[in-house]
Amino acid sequence: MPLDNAEQLPAAGLSRRGFLRAGAAAGGGLLVGLNFAATAAAQSAAATEGVLNIYVTVGTDGAITIVNKNPEIGQGIKTMLPMLIAEELDADWDRVTVVQADADGAKYGAQFAGGSFATPMNWMPMRQTGAAARAMLIAAAAQQWGVGAAECSTAPGKVVHAATGQELDYGALAVAAAALTAPDPATLTLKDPADFRIIGTSIPQVDTMRILTGQPIFGIDVEVPGMKYAVYEKCPVFGGTLVSADLDAAKAMPGVIDAFIVRGNNSTEGTLGGNVLEGLMDGVAIVAENWWYANRARSVLNAEWDTRGESASDAEHAAKAAEAFASGPGDVLRDDGDVDGAFEGAAKTIEAEYSYPFLSHAPLEPQNTTVAVHEDGSVEVWSPTQNPEPGRAGVALALGVDPSQITIHMIRNGGGFGRRLNNNFMTEAAVIAQRAGVPVKLVWNRQDDLRHDVYRPAGFHKFGAALDDQGNLVGFKDHFVSFGQDGRPHSSADLAPTTFPVEYVENVRYEQTLLPLNMPTGPMRAPGSNALAFVFQSFLDEVAAESGKDPLQFHLDVLGEPREVVMTPGFMGPQPGFNNARMADVLRIVAERAGWADRASLPQGTGLGIASYYCHLGYFAHVAKVTVDANGGWAVDKIWMVGDVGSQIINPTGAVNQCEGGCLDGLGQMTLGLTFENGQVVDSNFNTYALPRINKMPPVDIHFHITDNPPTGLGEPALPPVLPAVANAIFAASGRRVRSLPMSGASVASA
Amino acid sequence: MAFTINVNGADHTVDVDGDMPLLWVLRDELNIKGPKFGCGVSLCGACTVHLDGNAIRACVTPVSAVGDAQVTTIEAIGETEIGAKLQDAWLEEDVIQCGYCQAGQIMSAAALLANTPAPTDGGIDAAMAGNICRCATYQRIRKAIKRAAGLDTADTRG
Repeated sequence: MPLDNAEQLPAAGLSRRGFLRAGAAAGGGLLVGLNFAATAAAQSAAATEGVLNIYVTVGTDGAITIVNKNPEIGQGIKTMLPMLIAEELDADWDRVTVVQADADGAKYGAQFAGGSFATPMNWMPMRQTGAAARAMLIAAAAQQWGVGAAECSTAPGKVVHAATGQELDYGALAVAAAALTAPDPATLTLKDPADFRIIGTSIPQVDTMRILTGQPIFGIDVEVPGMKYAVYEKCPVFGGTLVSADLDAAKAMPGVIDAFIVRGNNSTEGTLGGNVLEGLMDGVAIVAENWWYANRARSVLNAEWDTRGESASDAEHAAKAAEAFASGPGDVLRDDGDVDGAFEGAAKTIEAEYSYPFLSHAPLEPQNTTVAVHEDGSVEVWSPTQNPEPGRAGVALALGVDPSQITIHMIRNGGGFGRRLNNNFMTEAAVIAQRAGVPVKLVWNRQDDLRHDVYRPAGFHKFGAALDDQGNLVGFKDHFVSFGQDGRPHSSADLAPTTFPVEYVENVRYEQTLLPLNMPTGPMRAPGSNALAFVFQSFLDEVAAESGKDPLQFHLDVLGEPREVVMTPGFMGPQPGFNNARMADVLRIVAERAGWADRASLPQGTGLGIASYYCHLGYFAHVAKVTVDANGGWAVDKIWMVGDVGSQIINPTGAVNQCEGGCLDGLGQMTLGLTFENGQVVDSNFNTYALPRINKMPPVDIHFHITDNPPTGLGEPALPPVLPAVANAIFAASGRRVRSLPMSGASVASA
Repeated sequence: MAFTINVNGADHTVDVDGDMPLLWVLRDELNIKGPKFGCGVSLCGACTVHLDGNAIRACVTPVSAVGDAQVTTIEAIGETEIGAKLQDAWLEEDVIQCGYCQAGQIMSAAALLANTPAPTDGGIDAAMAGNICRCATYQRIRKAIKRAAGLDTADTRG
């Protein structure tokens, strides 16, 4: 299959040392179900399949079924994780069928789509799972032949005894293998990466043909017997409570079965924090024979809300940020060296203010969930969720049932981007189904989605930098105005005290002022980083321009001599530190690929910008080429991306696809911003929240720099450097510095 | 009231409000789930189907306006030569990320190639401008359309 940039991927090849390091680092599979519990009890001579472990079943016909444990949101996980298993199983991929697991933490461990965690968390455990199944098939063959297992090997789909030339298809061994005791994962020998046949090859998603032929595989497509359709009308102002609604009018509308009021807890606490009923707002449910009837009946509800006088707006936030900047120091997050002394003694100082708006995830599939509350009290949920377990907790609490009574079927997500880490739609659907007494599919409309998101928070930064007479960065400060309460930033509204360049400048101070906010915030693809990369890497480019140095050289000088900075232990336990040599390498490589050294020869009005960012364990550096015309009109001509995500690109076509997506997602964020007035989001659809269309997608050159490091994830880290690379290219092309997003798509003059 | 519409070659009679958009007749009355709901106001293209071969947005087309026209959805587009070529090209270029928009993308592309067998990049931009892909698979959509049209798939714009 022809592949963008595939020829740039080196053949899988990695030193033994690198392989072992990869294993050691990723071996923190604490959160992954490596469950080889005995499964052979029910096998009989007449069995048509052998269950080798909870992930692998081999049919007597040789067909192999592999379970995917994580939610599929378009990142390709349903293909990628089974590839890891199939590789070590030595399966013939053409005979593999992938099935989606339900949410079952006891069985599978952590099951979520977020943080680009799937690769580092599963790289070793999934391979060990496949290797364990392979070892059982080999053992079964060895028993049958009366030879030692060590004398046997495998070829795709079969066990081979080279000495005698005997072969047995996996299908012929399936039942016997399933009766054996699963091996200790520690005793397993994994493949040398040089021998990979599946890992490192481009494999289309396993559900591609079903999608191309319109099969019903998304959450919104779920149909269950007796099901009705529902909408849920909520207060447009967050935290507002329902005063009254004309339920009778709604019930009188054609096709409407019922309309009723639901009381929520009306918390605006964001994702991954606060209580599990988060986001269950007061509202009116309408249940109908067809979703369109339910949605139309909203127009006659005449709902009256108590909005508690909420009147916050973008303008108010900006004014408060300006006040905070004017009134001086915020709460100190970090204060290294002698910052004031460095600025007083500087040859040159630079100051600038930056800002960015609230953003909505806006996955194309509107939020939805189908719920059936069965007669025995059990609850069945079909949901496109990125994060099922908090949803289970929310449903349990809302319905007053035990979590063990709830089955959650994880249905393909029509895009995630972090939105479906929060499950408020799941809780709503459960409450409505219980009250309605029939299975219900709740579907939000686009206005619901844009006005009831958990938003990427806006933010304001006042930067300062001090240069010595050699143009070296000797002082750096940032006063960050964000949102939070009681000194605690809201979700994704924080500035980590380790944020670059903190370890690379002697004198650094980060301060923070938190403003109150009555809307929920949450992670959006590369949370935090998607905004911080723009402001930090743009401001550093300003400083580079003032330093008299080539911006690339300025970045390399700030990074300095190779060293590793230890990072705070995170979600996965101790993580490898930020390695500045890896970042310097991707910067040099992307500069070379983009012709950075020759940029003076570009025509007037065309410029290159460079930026880099480290997040989710991935190192990315991008160059953007932008042309600005005499009227200020701007267009991105091309983007070059170079990433270091370790020793192995597992599925190259999927990897490149994620980077292409991250590219336009970042470009879109240059011109996207929600409007927030009178305590509510004004935008209601794609007319004003104008997602980029095909003409905005520039050519992209993507290269993975393969290094001797454990493989890490790709859903997120390619995105953040896009924004500053483009902003810096606009400066190079026009002298205009983009300091405030969103900028106008039509002209740099608004920057 | 009752309406009889022809979808993918078969007649279906539904008893619904005449204002009901074709999208909701297809999805909730006929269980034809290929056309997707994304915006409800003809801004995203996820609901694109063909009416007598023309790409239309089913979310703003009342069922009462369909009349005798032949409705074709993604479920049947593979039965046309252009549709089959597009599906093959979509697979070859491995276009899909989440896949939610792709039915609409293919239906718009099929209408484009039926009228313009060898579209330019500008022609592709214009014909596909109504179809949002939130995952941004546009680079591959462009290549897949060119591949289906038998054109060189190299991106010459940059």
